[in-house]
Amino acid sequence: MTAADTLRAIDAVWRIESARVIAGLARIVRDVGLAEDLAQDALVAALERWPESGVPENPGAWLMTTAKHRAIDLLRRGTRMERKHAELGRLVEERADVAVDELEATIDDDIGDDLLRLMFVSCHPFLSTEARVALTLRLVGGLTTEEIARAFLVPEATVAQRIVRARRTLAEARVPFEVPRGDERAGRLSSVLEVLYLVFNEGYAATAGDDWMRPALCEDALRLGRILAELTPGEPEVHGLVALMEIQASRSGARLGPSGEPVLLLDQDRGRWDRLLIRRGLAALERAERLGARGPYAIQAAIAACHARARTAEETDWERIAALYEELGRLTPSPVVELNRAVAVGMARGPAAGLELADALTSDPSLASYHLLPSVRGDLLAKLGRSDEARAEFERAASLTRNAPVRALLLERARSPLATLGVRSPLATLPRKRWQSQDFSRKPRR
Amino acid sequence: MRFMVIVKATKGSEAGELPDQKLLAEMGKYNEELAKAGVMLAGEGLQPSSKGARVRFSGSKRTVIDGPFAETKELVAGFWLIQAKSKEEAIEWVKRAPNPSPGQESELEIRQVFEAEDFGAEFTPELREQEERIRAQVAEKK
Repeated sequence: MTAADTLRAIDAVWRIESARVIAGLARIVRDVGLAEDLAQDALVAALERWPESGVPENPGAWLMTTAKHRAIDLLRRGTRMERKHAELGRLVEERADVAVDELEATIDDDIGDDLLRLMFVSCHPFLSTEARVALTLRLVGGLTTEEIARAFLVPEATVAQRIVRARRTLAEARVPFEVPRGDERAGRLSSVLEVLYLVFNEGYAATAGDDWMRPALCEDALRLGRILAELTPGEPEVHGLVALMEIQASRSGARLGPSGEPVLLLDQDRGRWDRLLIRRGLAALERAERLGARGPYAIQAAIAACHARARTAEETDWERIAALYEELGRLTPSPVVELNRAVAVGMARGPAAGLELADALTSDPSLASYHLLPSVRGDLLAKLGRSDEARAEFERAASLTRNAPVRALLLERARSPLATLGVRSPLATLPRKRWQSQDFSRKPRR
Repeated sequence: MRFMVIVKATKGSEAGELPDQKLLAEMGKYNEELAKAGVMLAGEGLQPSSKGARVRFSGSKRTVIDGPFAETKELVAGFWLIQAKSKEEAIEWVKRAPNPSPGQESELEIRQVFEAEDFGAEFTPELREQEERIRAQVAEKK
């Protein structure tokens, strides 16, 4: 093995092991920031030794043992660190001896629960959303600060600062390293799910020409979602979110046209949908539904599943989709969900029925500047042959969007409102991110 | 990226012997580890080649050849499909697998799965468009 090979192997080992090592350490030192530092020290030691000694038989255990010995050293020479870590100072006073014993005893523990704790702490509501995302990707996802920065199109220094601040916030608030129980658990879990879905959508919004780290975020979010599903097998919404992400990801090969332009869901070549991911998504949805009443993620996954099951766009079960939007609207009432229901109803029972629902939304102030409402109404009016009214709606919609390709599409429809009628639904004229992440994933405030 | 990890056949697997209790337990544990890390996408074990067949192509001729097939070491006895960020990561995962045929030398082969992006510069927008056109034509004829 050449030195370069060893470096790549260390990189791979780090990606596989870092979250487990950090999580295991955090339980003992009770500070995720300090745990990360210790794990990083172990990584530095690996970088120094492995190129000569070779990668050890069990690299994960090596990293863990090295980090724990380092922690023991630091605890024993606590005063030096006291200046660097107020938190450790406290720890040293309170429980240095206990901690050393614990560290020595826990080198081979099962760290599944620790990993779950790490996820919950990284997504703690004390932190800003950006900080939750950065901390989760770094501590749990094993991404470097540079990778996170590239993926989110922000300077590396910004991400580094977010992480430093987040670590400080958690330490100062003395956030316990635990999985909350009772009522708090549900709220905290939904924060974890929100972060994962946000990461996924950021990757999904990537366009041709973007840095490859961006679409890779979808894979990271899916991986973390699958890990979470294994750690919390009894949580229906975790399986619901995994199902939603698997099914959405199954379309990634079909959603861009030859010149990188977005291809609408109903126009996509379904032969390019990834059957393996669809199968995984449907299985995850089934698990979610077996566990109890559907939550918002499971409902969205069920809607995505309706599309995934249809072999052609014409076979789509719009009645079922309309019913699912109604169910979603009951759980998380929102005019945007209602607008989607109008589209589905229009597809299922004809444009007049859809228009009736859409018309009822025109007085909703929150949709006053939302281009989708006139866009949907324009489409339904066009299908009813009311071309003048349709034209006015498309023009209005075009004036409300700042997205150039969407505006061009809307102006084209305004020029010949009846021209492009097919199976296509107006819903599909939206950039997916808008109607998926921003609107649907929003949880009711508690 | 996705990798297929190919388990090669052995005399035992070709004779239809099932893995012993110990190996089954180890494999189960390993599969669980892969699943818990969110990297396992799929995995299957294959029946011996005596239950399979080959279709040989020669020009326009097709000949069916029933198993078993002789070249045991070249045969596939099972596979995993895993998601990893690099070949090195796939290698690290595979190194953790239990020996699939204890007591003998055996190999697991790691192969990267093609994805649309992999066609890279060869798969130009024009080629994609051509493919789209062909697909559209085919769709019309259906």
